[in-house]
Amino acid sequence: MTARVGVVTFPGSLDDGDAARAVRIAGAEPVRLWHGDAELHGVDAVVLPGGFSYGDYLRCGAIARFAPVMERVVDAAQGGLPVLGICNGFQILCEAHLLPGALTRNQHLHFRNRDQVLRVESTGTAWTNAFQAGQEILIPVKNGEGCYVADTATLDELEGEGRVVARYVGGNPNGSQRDIAAITNPAGNVVGIMPHPEHAVEALTGPSLDGLGFFTSVLKHLVGTPA
Amino acid sequence: MPRVVVDVMLKPEILDPQGQAVANALPRLGVSDVASVRIGRRIEIEFTGEPDLDRAREIADKLLANPVIEDFTVRVVEADETVDAHQ
Repeated sequence: MTARVGVVTFPGSLDDGDAARAVRIAGAEPVRLWHGDAELHGVDAVVLPGGFSYGDYLRCGAIARFAPVMERVVDAAQGGLPVLGICNGFQILCEAHLLPGALTRNQHLHFRNRDQVLRVESTGTAWTNAFQAGQEILIPVKNGEGCYVADTATLDELEGEGRVVARYVGGNPNGSQRDIAAITNPAGNVVGIMPHPEHAVEALTGPSLDGLGFFTSVLKHLVGTPA
Repeated sequence: MPRVVVDVMLKPEILDPQGQAVANALPRLGVSDVASVRIGRRIEIEFTGEPDLDRAREIADKLLANPVIEDFTVRVVEADETVDAHQ
């Protein structure tokens, strides 16, 4: 059976189309979810895409966290549903307390838009099991508020438990503490990543095909998960 | 009408690049005696009835501030204090 992967559209989402396309290219069926949905329509996983939900008013992700669909996503994530938050989606996951820490204004105050090398450090998550530990990948980064911050105890815990999923290599684009680009929750089903794997899934439009691994990972994960 | 003012500030240990950028611009105005600038957010809440500080605190904690990176204070002000702030 084809896995069904939900992609949420909030008012101001930008990358929902690319995320749905990446899901399709990976071999799954994308299911478009609306921010006002009170249910998840039986999807097997959820992607929270990049963009500027609710205009990034107040703080990035602060208002999206209270969207009706997010109540379902939070409940389901706590029950083990794979959830990937990309860029604004990562910010929403932090605001929803599914992931620790916060994303703040880039230290240099400039929006950064470039192809970025990452080192995948944790391959035990639902979204990174298709990679080799230590593998370097190239995917686009584009953010203004991507500086990951958390207190020292949280950072130590993330590193100690192998929950830093990916780090920036060859230059930190936003000042993130300890070069953190992606993290996961203790169960490994929720991953937040600042750069954009969904923009690196085919040769015509991306700098590589490296982003596809995130989406094929979740399919592999779902096959191994009893229904 | 009295209202509740919520002031949200980045925690002292969180870098404030906006404040730094403003501080760095001050010498261009001929100001040389400012040690640092930090930028926060002021939110004014008008209740339909009496101002409710506890409710405002709850709103601030859940939505207006992110306790991971920000601190907040709440206080009741009379309407004319807001007018003063605009002068």
